[in-house]
Amino acid sequence: MEQGKIVKVAGPLVVAEGLVESKMYDLVRVGAEGLMGEIIEMRGDRASIQVYEETEGLGPGNPVDATGAPLSVELGPGLLESVYDGVQRPLDVLERMAGAFLARGVTAPGLDREKQWEFVPTVSAGDTVTGGDIIGTVQENVVIEHRIMVPPGVSGTIADIAGGTYTVTDAIGHLKTAAGETVPLMMMQVWPIRMPRPYTRRISASEPLTTGTRVIDTFFPIVMGGVACIPGPFGAGKTVTQHQIAKWSNAEVVIFIGCGERGNEMTDVLMEFPELVDPYSGEPLMKRTVLVANTSNMPVAAREASVYTGITMAEYFRDMGYNVVLQADSTSRWAEAMREISGRLEEMPGDEGFPAYLGTKLAAFYERAGKVECLGADSGVRNGSVSVVGSVSPPGGDLSEPVVQNTLRVVKVFWALQDQLAFQRHFPAIDWLTSYSLYLDKVETYWRNEVSEEFRSRRDECMAILQRENELAEIVRLVGLEALSAEEQILMETAKTIREDFLQQNAFRDDDQFSSLKQQDLLLKTILLFHERAIEAHGSGAALKDIFVAPVRERITRAKYLGLNDIDQYESIASDIETQLVGGGADDEARAVYAGGER
Amino acid sequence: MREYMTTRDIVGPLLLIESVSDVTYGELVELEYPDGTRSLGNVLEVNGDVALVQAFEGTRGSNPSQTKARFLGRSLELGVSRDMLGRVFDGLGRPNDGGPEIIPDKRLSIYGSPINPTARDFPDDFIQTGVSAIDGLNPLVRGQKLPIFSGSGLPHNELAAQIARQAAVLARSAQDDVVGEKLEGEFAVVFAAMGITFEDADFFTTEFRTTSAIERAVLFLNLADDPAVERIATPRMALTAAEYLAYECDMHVLVILTDMTYYCEALREVSAARKEVPGRRGYPGYLYTDLATIYERAGRIKGRAGSITQVPILSMPDDDKTHPIPDLTGYITEGQIILDRNLHRRGIYPPVAVLPSLSRLKQKGIGPGKTREDHADLSNQLFGAYARGLQAKELAVILGEAALSDTDKAFVAFADAFEDRFIRQGKHEERTVEETLTLGWELVSLLPRSELKRIKDEYVAKYLPSDSES
Repeated sequence: MEQGKIVKVAGPLVVAEGLVESKMYDLVRVGAEGLMGEIIEMRGDRASIQVYEETEGLGPGNPVDATGAPLSVELGPGLLESVYDGVQRPLDVLERMAGAFLARGVTAPGLDREKQWEFVPTVSAGDTVTGGDIIGTVQENVVIEHRIMVPPGVSGTIADIAGGTYTVTDAIGHLKTAAGETVPLMMMQVWPIRMPRPYTRRISASEPLTTGTRVIDTFFPIVMGGVACIPGPFGAGKTVTQHQIAKWSNAEVVIFIGCGERGNEMTDVLMEFPELVDPYSGEPLMKRTVLVANTSNMPVAAREASVYTGITMAEYFRDMGYNVVLQADSTSRWAEAMREISGRLEEMPGDEGFPAYLGTKLAAFYERAGKVECLGADSGVRNGSVSVVGSVSPPGGDLSEPVVQNTLRVVKVFWALQDQLAFQRHFPAIDWLTSYSLYLDKVETYWRNEVSEEFRSRRDECMAILQRENELAEIVRLVGLEALSAEEQILMETAKTIREDFLQQNAFRDDDQFSSLKQQDLLLKTILLFHERAIEAHGSGAALKDIFVAPVRERITRAKYLGLNDIDQYESIASDIETQLVGGGADDEARAVYAGGER
Repeated sequence: MREYMTTRDIVGPLLLIESVSDVTYGELVELEYPDGTRSLGNVLEVNGDVALVQAFEGTRGSNPSQTKARFLGRSLELGVSRDMLGRVFDGLGRPNDGGPEIIPDKRLSIYGSPINPTARDFPDDFIQTGVSAIDGLNPLVRGQKLPIFSGSGLPHNELAAQIARQAAVLARSAQDDVVGEKLEGEFAVVFAAMGITFEDADFFTTEFRTTSAIERAVLFLNLADDPAVERIATPRMALTAAEYLAYECDMHVLVILTDMTYYCEALREVSAARKEVPGRRGYPGYLYTDLATIYERAGRIKGRAGSITQVPILSMPDDDKTHPIPDLTGYITEGQIILDRNLHRRGIYPPVAVLPSLSRLKQKGIGPGKTREDHADLSNQLFGAYARGLQAKELAVILGEAALSDTDKAFVAFADAFEDRFIRQGKHEERTVEETLTLGWELVSLLPRSELKRIKDEYVAKYLPSDSES
């Protein structure tokens, strides 16, 4: 391979000359320590290289070695439960090699070369296979069956294949191509991170990705294969929301990218996920998770690469037929990494110094999400999806800034976090008036079949009540609650109940952090029943203040803490509502008798 | 040694030196100006045989033809040793208290290396600061970075000094309802001043001297009249000393960095001189990354006894939290303590704006064994009740006090008492977390018992003062 020489060093950017045969986005090794770098611009024989490690100590004249291959990730058994940096170096291995601090030039392969895996073939010699076909499985851990696939673009007849214990680079068999060549089959595939993995076709997604967070699942749902963004100022709870989705979503595989965020947050995930139990499998959440951790103080170029590393892994699991959710926290830091590199390249800047191609890059990234028919001969049978949830950290909470605006063009779900709500300790601080989801109509059929016939209408009614509350709140601020009609006052109370007893959810409380769709429906049903009966009761003479202090309200407040096994409790609450709100006030027998005539 | 007299341009704090060879990025440079002044600098960019050098101590007295530049073949380092405790240094780590040079145990690059995320230990040891507004509601945790967002004229120095003076760690308690004993441990304070006035710096040094805290403190002072660019190195000097004390001498180090706003301005000055494309308000686009390389040096490491807790102080220009400096800081740090001008005007010290303040690690640092079982619920209740009290007060301003319901009136009374008794405290008053919690319970007893929705019933039964009417 050819060797070039450094002519310029400016922060994470190095310019080298003498790289004639290298191509754009090729991986190179910079300096005597062989630091990883990627070619991002070429002028004549001068290549601009973004370096994934600290460049201190590099100077003109130092060598740059070409590798002739693009920056890629290794895909195969061993991905799950791993913690990688932005360019797939396993951080736990680096720690064993170099200690508590990240040292330069220390590197290790993404997949463990020594580890033995039990491979079980699902095809036999003589079978014809094509790219994407599953040729065998490895039980990677108790939760996930790792399906070994023929790499895209390869096809032919299986010459031999045998089960047994192998490392990821051992030949598990051989393939005879149409051209008559025999190629070895390995469990590991290598794929360039900037190139989307192929599939047969995109299909429309209609199954919700449930998260157990009520405001998301009921009011602003996302589908498996959908894209969502969470913008919000600091302290509004972006990270907690992201963690909630990573913990409780019904996806089979979770890829979590800590992109330019806090080190302690990654530690939190690292320490918590092995302890937390997945409500679907009963196993630790870590078993279905891959972490990509490129914290804010780690090299900025590797941060730029981290989202691509993550999404390539997500696509790989999608290709096996899994539903994957990818979380990127935060895409603003990614955009800033692009801005920094762009600045060093002395490119003409667009808005706020961000490169002019910011929008294109963001759109291309989010477009790698989606539900697909997987590549392979069984195409149409095997479907997989990648859902992407990106957080955005707008400066000063200003949603008109370029990263938010470019993101909103492509995402279909917008969970707007509000610091005002956070100050009131209303968590998750997702603003129900400005958030939206364009998947509502898509999930309706699923809701109708799997939750209840009325779930959608209940959701819409509650939304209408919240809207109306907002309009009335203005009047209340000016002239007081008493100026409202009785019906409006009841509506204000119901809205408050929806806010406090449905929307608010405590991520740190065991009996509240996860709510099933069924339970969400029952909660709405209960709240709306109270609303309806309150209006009727008032219509037949009950005093508002008596309605508002009905003892059943205490039970409604606590209803969100009920588990799935307590479904009958909701019926008992409902019957309490019926008995306590029959026209009369609470514990007011005279009125109950009066109203009794009507009912 | 390679010495050059080939300076071509001098722009602000930057020198462009030509015809150099074997220069590396980040290399330390010693500059000698014709009038005999010396300055240290480092290489910001090297392009072929041209090096761009930033002079930490300014370029006054230099000229292109007679300036000598010696490239030292290493990066900016700090010689560290336990003997640094009790000493005062300038912004570049040279003794300025008249004492002898430090004989270094080792020399460390001030830029440090990022901690491997897998090697971090999660911060979950409660630090008792003795300040109710912090301990009760937004507790500080060992290994956390919790900045104080302040404004000019607000008593952030007093609060930081009080925290430094009183900070203590509690022993784990075997009983859920008993707070552990105060632990005596190897504790040190590293103080870095960047661009603050002599008087502010003097306040801290006097404070440290009179309480004899100086013996376990290391001070790095870059004052307002010291070279601005030197400030870029000062916090890194301090953190290098802190890392040595924490990870090699097993000490628990509290790092106070003040004032981060001046640090950022120095960064902007260099960026402007380099004609870089600016981000918001003229600050460089990499301000976030740069600040992260400072703040992320807080933390704990598995298997090592020491820790680094950071309390950076920054003054928000015009009290504006959306200004890039507080904004980007808030995105990196684990919460913020915000000081409020209105409380200060009303004579309440410390004027902590409780509602927008936040400690992200609170959930992990409090509760049974660490503080007390009722701490989390009680603090949630205090938050909620104070927020509601303030809302009711606003309503009263518009509609008059009479328009409030009895419940709302109770919340207003609570909010006033909360500010007056819970937030307000003496500059030398140290409250144990137990005293803080007791005070909190006294205050929530002003509310109707049915309003204590955020506290588990068993805690209400156990801790609510019995003489309170329900």
